[in-house]
Amino acid sequence: MATPLVVSEVAKSFTMHLRGGTLLPVIQDVNFSVKAGECAVLGGPSGAGKSSILKMLFGNYSVDSGQILVNHEGRVIDLATADPRTVIQVRRNTIGYVSQFLRVVPRVSALDIVAEPLTARGTSIEAARARAEELLSALNLPRELWLLPPATFSGGEQQRVNIARGFITDHPILLLDEPTASLDAKNREVVIGMIEEKKKAGVALLGIFHDEDVRERVADRIIDVSGFSARKAA
Amino acid sequence: MSDLATYNFAYLDEQTKRMIRRAILKAIAIPGYQVPFASREMPMPYGWGTGGVQVTAAVIGPEDTLKVIDQGADDTTNAVSIRAFFQKVANVAVTTKMREATVIQTRHRIPEETLTEGQVLVYQVPIPEPLRFLEPRETETRKMHALEEYGLMHVKLYEDIARNGHIATTYAYPVKVEGRYVMDPSPIPKFDNPKMHMSEALQLFGAGREKRIYAIPPHTKVVSLDFEDHPFEVQKFAKPCALCGAHGVYLDEVILDDKGGRMFVCSDTDFCEERREAGHVGELGVANKEAAE
Amino acid sequence: MSELPLLKVHELSKFYGGRIGCRNVSFDLWPGEVLAIVGESGSGKTTLLNCLSTRLTADVGSVEYHMRDGQYRNLATMPEAERRFLMRTDWGFVHQNPADGLRMTVSAGANVGERLMAVGERHYGRIRETAGDWLGRVEIGLDRMDDQPRAFSGGMRQRLQIARNLVTSPRLVFMDEPTGGLDVSVQARLLDLIRGLVQDLGLAVIVVTHDLAVARLLSHRMMVMKDGHVIEHGLTDRVLDDPREPYTQLLVSSILQV
Ligand SMILES: Nc1ncnc2c1ncn2[C@@H]1O[C@H](COP(=O)(O)OP(=O)(O)OP(=O)(O)O)[C@@H](O)[C@H]1O
Ligand SMILES: Nc1ncnc2c1ncn2[C@@H]1O[C@H](COP(=O)(O)OP(=O)(O)OP(=O)(O)O)[C@@H](O)[C@H]1O
Ligand SMILES: [Mg+2]
Ligand SMILES: [Mg+2]
Ligand SMILES: [Zn+2]
Repeated sequence: MATPLVVSEVAKSFTMHLRGGTLLPVIQDVNFSVKAGECAVLGGPSGAGKSSILKMLFGNYSVDSGQILVNHEGRVIDLATADPRTVIQVRRNTIGYVSQFLRVVPRVSALDIVAEPLTARGTSIEAARARAEELLSALNLPRELWLLPPATFSGGEQQRVNIARGFITDHPILLLDEPTASLDAKNREVVIGMIEEKKKAGVALLGIFHDEDVRERVADRIIDVSGFSARKAA
Repeated sequence: MSDLATYNFAYLDEQTKRMIRRAILKAIAIPGYQVPFASREMPMPYGWGTGGVQVTAAVIGPEDTLKVIDQGADDTTNAVSIRAFFQKVANVAVTTKMREATVIQTRHRIPEETLTEGQVLVYQVPIPEPLRFLEPRETETRKMHALEEYGLMHVKLYEDIARNGHIATTYAYPVKVEGRYVMDPSPIPKFDNPKMHMSEALQLFGAGREKRIYAIPPHTKVVSLDFEDHPFEVQKFAKPCALCGAHGVYLDEVILDDKGGRMFVCSDTDFCEERREAGHVGELGVANKEAAE
Repeated sequence: MSELPLLKVHELSKFYGGRIGCRNVSFDLWPGEVLAIVGESGSGKTTLLNCLSTRLTADVGSVEYHMRDGQYRNLATMPEAERRFLMRTDWGFVHQNPADGLRMTVSAGANVGERLMAVGERHYGRIRETAGDWLGRVEIGLDRMDDQPRAFSGGMRQRLQIARNLVTSPRLVFMDEPTGGLDVSVQARLLDLIRGLVQDLGLAVIVVTHDLAVARLLSHRMMVMKDGHVIEHGLTDRVLDDPREPYTQLLVSSILQV
């Protein structure tokens, strides 16, 4: 089976036009790959560019140079150059992403936010909601919150909605940006269990975990992002 | 010498008449299409049917016999004045008898008796544009006619049903002419709409203030718009004419006294008189005559 | 998503005398895709939208539309009758001011039913039933069906305008500031409704807005306009989270959070 995700010679910088055009190099020469059933973890100090890498892999940040090769439905796609329409398809079927914070949509219930990635792929709303309920109850989100829009939820509650949404599909690649940061010990355990299941199912996981304890338990491998720093070279 | 006597035959000068005739010919060539024309000032106010008068003036000749009806009657002020006008400016024969007339100018009715070949029916039209009610922009209504976009006409009928439970439009009921143009038949009762269909007579419509002429040539299909589940229907009257006993004709209500007494009589006065002369009697016909004597 | 673009826009330009309306705009729009056009006042958003929807004639360039019969047709050379037919069947246009897109003096039901009648539906009962369904979908009570939009609030009018446009199951809907002029709570409800309908019906939408939150919520893809030019174009969250152009960075930074 082809490696689901190969990152090759990727560089990223930001030009701050509102600050007189300051060039802010972040990373360069990023090379790594993630295999199916493996959980690789991005390590390195704050500001090293861990989140930026995940965002590039999700098409959320542009890429200055290099390639991000993804096995998408049997074809290899370079996300660094893919058009928006392709990126959307890759997101729908191949790469899942649990961001650090939930982006709430007005008037949509927590249940439907979680179910949405499934309905977007053609699952019936009933089946999708049933699966969403399983995940939300596994994550101990109080049942009385399920039908409310999460705008007023606490940080930990929002994060659990976000995690459920990210885990509901069987995308072969899953990106996790600090999914356990605002969770209590009990729910951290649940998420660790969910990650283990994904690994068993052959999903390639790439994550950022500040919590050393969690990192120890899920990581098969640490990729040290400070090794890609563009600043020391610049 | 009176003022009018200084004018040309039928009041309008020959050049104006030729211009109007050209508009009429174009209107006949495109049934139901509104042809603009340079409407002239006439020695009467607009509400008096200056469009119809100009059309009549353009088509009438010395040999013609003119009948003028207003709401079915020959003797209203409006009908009497227009008749008198043409007697004066064209010196044509006039009549109240539908059979004798070659040109009939009308406001609000089509005679009960079927029009025949060779007759010309001239309608006085206040507002020629059937789409005006919902679309005030002239540029847009023109385009709608040109492109045959008539959905809006049904919106009007829809509103009627939504409000009244049935199509409550009783006058100026829109028709489609020869499967193409939607046309306002002027404020005749929808009762008269079927008479326009495949008529042997030439039907001309003149709108003075709005400067439009349109026509239905003889033997033209004229269909009243409707919905499948709310088909077009004409008014039905419970009783026959109280004077002449005629069935299936358009009746006017006449108040008899201030105690609520009333009767329904033919709106077409000439038709009613002819029937009575021929010996037909309605339920109040004789009694009334006696009362009058 | 199907395999061919719905709209192919090639180097479209429009000038108002010496002044640029929009200049050299090219893009493809795919079925089911929502494209937001953003930019400051006077940047040419409405001009572009009107050129695309044939409400204005472009001076240069072409817009090709993928007809239901599978053919691409150049909209500029299409006969007017056919174009107008397309506009009231396969397309919708939602105006910022609902009064521009509604008939204010006929009932809500007739406003929705008009397009059906325009395509030849002649059964009153069916028209009414369909209109009722659509009013329900835009959350207008059936008891308001025979009321004129004059008696509706701004938000209701806008929802009515949307129903009126969607009743013929169009494939492409143009919207010019659909939530402009409404207060914030009403905007949120309307946006949510539009979002749901767009998803359920698989509509392709081109929406003009100066509100980046609207673009974020509704669109897949975004074009940023300045002085009539498209200066940045890409996936909506990419443009908002990693803006490349100086002007886009200014635009994004000038609002609190989108
Ligand atoms: N959209 C952006 N625009 C400008 N600069 C950015 C943007 N996103 C990230 N950066 C900068 O890029 C650098 C890397 O940021 P990033 O968020 O990737 O770090 P990180 O490794 O995830 O840090 P942390 O551990 O604190 O989350 C930082 O200097 C940050 O300020
Ligand atoms: N009919 C016109 N005649 C002349 N100039 C026009 C005309 N319409 C628009 N313009 C000009 O073209 C430019 C683009 O206008 P447009 O209406 O497309 O802007 P917009 O981006 O929609 O702005 P807004 O957000 O204010 O609606 C402006 O400079 C405007 O003044
Ligand atoms: Mg980070
Ligand atoms: Mg505008
Ligand atoms: Zn009688």
